[in-house]
Amino acid sequence: MKNTSFFIVGIFFGIVMTKSEAISWFRIHEMFRFESFHMYGIIGTAVVLGAAAMWAMKKFNIKTLRGTFVTYNPMKLSIKRHLLAGSIFGLGWALVGCCPGPMYVLLGNGYAIMILILLGAILGTYTYGLVMDKLPH
Amino acid sequence: MELIGNTSSFWEFISQPWHWSVSGVAIALTLALLTWMGRSFGVSTTFKGICTMAGAGKRIPFFNMDMKEEYWRLAFVLGGILGGFLTAQFLQSPEPVAISGSTIDYLGTIGIAYPESDALGRGFVPTEVFNFTSIKGIILALAGGFLVGFGARYGDGCTSGHAISGLAHLQLPSLITVIGFFIGGLLMTHLLFPLLMGV
Repeated sequence: MKNTSFFIVGIFFGIVMTKSEAISWFRIHEMFRFESFHMYGIIGTAVVLGAAAMWAMKKFNIKTLRGTFVTYNPMKLSIKRHLLAGSIFGLGWALVGCCPGPMYVLLGNGYAIMILILLGAILGTYTYGLVMDKLPH
Repeated sequence: MELIGNTSSFWEFISQPWHWSVSGVAIALTLALLTWMGRSFGVSTTFKGICTMAGAGKRIPFFNMDMKEEYWRLAFVLGGILGGFLTAQFLQSPEPVAISGSTIDYLGTIGIAYPESDALGRGFVPTEVFNFTSIKGIILALAGGFLVGFGARYGDGCTSGHAISGLAHLQLPSLITVIGFFIGGLLMTHLLFPLLMGV
């Protein structure tokens, strides 16, 4: 089963997110108050090493397990849309202190309230589908 | 190397909170693994997938997704839930998250005691604020989740898709989205959240 391997990478991701404390509401609050380097260190390290890995995979034409080459579908640049969408996301992220990955991981950590937060996120996603034609893109 | 030889102290060693650099390396590894497996790192699309599975595609074409291409993502987040569970069971840190003293002092001024405001005492979620037992706790949880879900879909990605994967692919739209994350995040943390806490 191919999905089993993604399940296993997911387990790794869940352990990493918990041990890194990136799932902590308090770490996110501290980050937005600029009172610790912790979250910036995590994201900065991940982006720099991730960029090096993506560059290397493209440069050396590494084939993926699905037989494709590593590419990225660029989004159409729309400053208004990205700033607006990002700000709406940021308001929610700073309020509940968790972005989508950590919502799932916190649920596994025993925080039942994540059921409600995930439900809110699914409702938000559905609502976007309802009103997307009326939004600037 | 002695740590590896002695099982119990090795276990204690990895049960400590991880240094930010170790965590950063591990997240980059997750990105590289998913990329090598032929997929791109992105969690919020699972919300869209759930809408699709619930039949939203019948009314809104946006939700007409080929779910065969999406099951890997659901398997990934199910793994994430299990990873969180396993960590809580076997690798729990001995102390609550060591946030900075100035954050603790500030939270005290808006009525959030640390770490007591987390019923599980681990410093992960202020369950005093977000809970099933008060109308306010329910509304804040639903509203926050709603903004995350709406914003992620409008921006076509969340922290994993833009801040990690998009930036690692040097995408300008992702950088602008991340700037947006901070505009909204700073606004919430410094202006709105204290108001919501009634200070």
